[in-house]
Amino acid sequence: MKLFKIRGGVHPEDRKGLSSERPIEPIPLPHLLHVPLLQHVGAAANPAVHRGQTVRKGDLLAERQGVISAPVHAPTSGRVVGIGRYPANHPSGLSVPTITLQPDGEDRWSDALVGTDDPFALPPEEIAARVAAAGIVGMGGATFPAAVKLNLRQRYRLHTLVINGSECEPYLTCDDRLIREQSEQVLDGVRIMAHALGVGHIIVAIESNKPEALAAMRAAATGRAEIEIAALPTRYPMGSERHLVFTLTGRESPARGLTADIGVVVHNPATAFAVHEALRHGRPLVERVVTVTGAAIARPANLRVPLGTPVAHLIEQSGGLREAPARLISGGPMMGQPLPSTRVPIVKGSNGVLALTAQEVNRREPMPCIRCGSCVGACPCGLVPLELVARTRAADLEGAVRLGLMDCIGCGSCAYTCPAHIPLVQYINYAKGEMAARGRARHKQIETKRLAELRSARLEAAKRAKREAMARRKRQQQAKAEGETPPLGNAEVGTNAEARP
Amino acid sequence: MSALGDPPLIAGPFAHAPTSIGLTMRLVMLALIPGTLVGLWQFGWPAINLFVVTIATAILAEAAALRLARRPVRPYLLDGSALLSGWLLAMTLPPWAPWWIGAVGGLIAIIVAKQVFGGLGQNLFNPAMIARVALLISFPVQMTTFVAPTPLFSADAPDFLGGLAITFGAQTYDAMTSATVLGQVHTDLGTGLTLLDILPSTYQLNQAAIGTVAGSLGETSALLLLLGGLFLISRRVISWHIPVAMLATITLCATAMHLVNPNHFLNPGYHLLSGATILAAFFIATDPVTAPVSARGRLLFGFGCGLLVYVIRTWSSYPEGAAFAVLLMNACTPLIDHYVRPRIYGRDRRGEPLAYGEDNQGTTR
Ligand code: SF4
Ligand code: SF4
Repeated sequence: MKLFKIRGGVHPEDRKGLSSERPIEPIPLPHLLHVPLLQHVGAAANPAVHRGQTVRKGDLLAERQGVISAPVHAPTSGRVVGIGRYPANHPSGLSVPTITLQPDGEDRWSDALVGTDDPFALPPEEIAARVAAAGIVGMGGATFPAAVKLNLRQRYRLHTLVINGSECEPYLTCDDRLIREQSEQVLDGVRIMAHALGVGHIIVAIESNKPEALAAMRAAATGRAEIEIAALPTRYPMGSERHLVFTLTGRESPARGLTADIGVVVHNPATAFAVHEALRHGRPLVERVVTVTGAAIARPANLRVPLGTPVAHLIEQSGGLREAPARLISGGPMMGQPLPSTRVPIVKGSNGVLALTAQEVNRREPMPCIRCGSCVGACPCGLVPLELVARTRAADLEGAVRLGLMDCIGCGSCAYTCPAHIPLVQYINYAKGEMAARGRARHKQIETKRLAELRSARLEAAKRAKREAMARRKRQQQAKAEGETPPLGNAEVGTNAEARP
Repeated sequence: MSALGDPPLIAGPFAHAPTSIGLTMRLVMLALIPGTLVGLWQFGWPAINLFVVTIATAILAEAAALRLARRPVRPYLLDGSALLSGWLLAMTLPPWAPWWIGAVGGLIAIIVAKQVFGGLGQNLFNPAMIARVALLISFPVQMTTFVAPTPLFSADAPDFLGGLAITFGAQTYDAMTSATVLGQVHTDLGTGLTLLDILPSTYQLNQAAIGTVAGSLGETSALLLLLGGLFLISRRVISWHIPVAMLATITLCATAMHLVNPNHFLNPGYHLLSGATILAAFFIATDPVTAPVSARGRLLFGFGCGLLVYVIRTWSSYPEGAAFAVLLMNACTPLIDHYVRPRIYGRDRRGEPLAYGEDNQGTTR
């Protein structure tokens, strides 16, 4: 199929060879699973079990709260030993609400889980509902609840489902392995999602540095005219939804909009696999494939990991550390985040655990910007990163916003190429965070003001009502004294009602 | 932000391209070596002396300025930017100029044109070109006295001691002086001659390509400089935009004017191969610090440089205009960067989000 060339981007050394030939392996259960209730974008789930309760694999642990949320299920059978807070898989290392489960070693599925033989007979809403109930979120790392994206049909005119198998981050191989080993299941999930979205066209896009995955998908899709397999050029950040869709369609989704604005919805292969499991077998999302790799890992591997497994356990299962890593990363090296410790659990969005040596990270002391423009050429969003950073350093955040700060997808291409080794993304992230905080503060201020005004209006109205009541009583007394009939007292209610907005 | 608090203090990427400022500078120097060697060889010991003095002064000035500003000396010296500035300046000097031309030039380039602005990355103008223009205006005689090539160890070439005498003594070498072709043409056209009379006696194009003509120390060998420039483009140290736009503009202007009056206006070959054209297009106008950062901005910048080079050479009182042209365009760089930006993904050129029709079938503008 015809592909379109994105602007910018970089060609980092892919380092996938460390783990790409290692089949997905199950791991022995750890002693404890720490299952966070916030593993997704949105509101944390609400505990549905109590301490001491025994659960089977797949039982509901916590239910979703609101539309943008996802429930959490038991990754294995065992006993709930704690409902409290535990350090999150997040660079801050802050604690989040977490349910701690002690596996009983039997790993027995709940009997209540039933799948359907013919998901294509179900109405689209029902598929979305089951996907939501299974706690499935975007597993490429974005962790947006998948069901919400399946329901986009209600608001957008959709025509194409794109499966993002680009896996453009260096090192990661979990999607590659999953596609190679379970292409039938992945494709089944893809078709179920297409049915839910009501689209007749599917493109499975895989970077050309994964020929085996491409071949596996082609084989699985033979005879299905609605499915196209696209071999993408290997270029980071091909996996950015908006850039992927541009590559495939030649159309840019509007700024601050969604790819759905141009009729396309993008999902990840691991999400498709989870949808297959949920619809065919009734199984909620309780495990995922994680790539454990990096030069500091003794035996890089692709592991099938129950959610809530501590990172330390994965490293142990990969032969331990060969040397002390310079950086321990969750996710890929380009957009991943540093892990605060190895105690933190694997969550739905964890696609990789990277133990990188100093040589791999190649960090140097930053020098002044020499305005070489490498970052401008590398930015896939058409931004001028050096200026965003100059404004940020000059504390002119509004200026940075005018230059497109909020259009930055945080891909890191700019910082990757910068010969001065300036941590551009760090400044940009700081500016974005600061603007978000200001937005919240402004919102809070407006809200406070509104509430204060409401209150004073109420007080004012109450005072006026009191005054009028007194005046009326006075008049009544006078009237009584003069022997006349009192006027009707309805005015009181009317004034009060008007004063309330 | 998420419920998890402030953005991380440490952000990715946790991988980095094998680049550094030092590497960039070293690649530029590598690309300069062939052209430089030819220059040093054909202008002999005086040229070598001048080259060494200029670079040494630039490095010492940088070290002194860094120390004065209490900045770390080592990392900034090791990045090679001062060495490169000195090198480029030396390339543009008359090869037999006295030592103090190189020394004063080196000081101006580093102290006045770079460190006063705040050091690496902060200067508005190309340091080597500032120095070159300042010298030209202050010492017009020394800066316009060129010599015919006398290759090292050839019969007419000064030996080592002779070279020292020329560079550091006051020994005159009137017998050796020779005008550059642009200089000669400029002077002779002023006396009412036509190109038909002037050219045959002064110049062979293929000589200019190889570099065996009178000229600045490192500007004469157009071919080797071009090869160096292409090497830089292939290694992505510079982008093609500035050199291509600049050379194309010079070619266009020269062709047009030559067609109008071949007796008065040089054909484009002379403009491309003589003087500082190639050195300026690939090594000086492309100085990252003082050029625009976007591709379209660079095209505009290269166009401006080319146009100014042609205009200054043809109609001003100076026979060569590359230094002035680059400096004038340097002054425009902030303006260009302000107005010429890449289009942001998902927005039109005005910055508004792209709008698609009802059918979702729109195309990008
Ligand atoms: S890549 Fe680095 S040095 Fe080059 S312009 Fe961007 S920020 Fe400056
Ligand atoms: S991180 Fe932002 S500014 Fe940098 S290249 Fe990516 S989109 Fe552009």
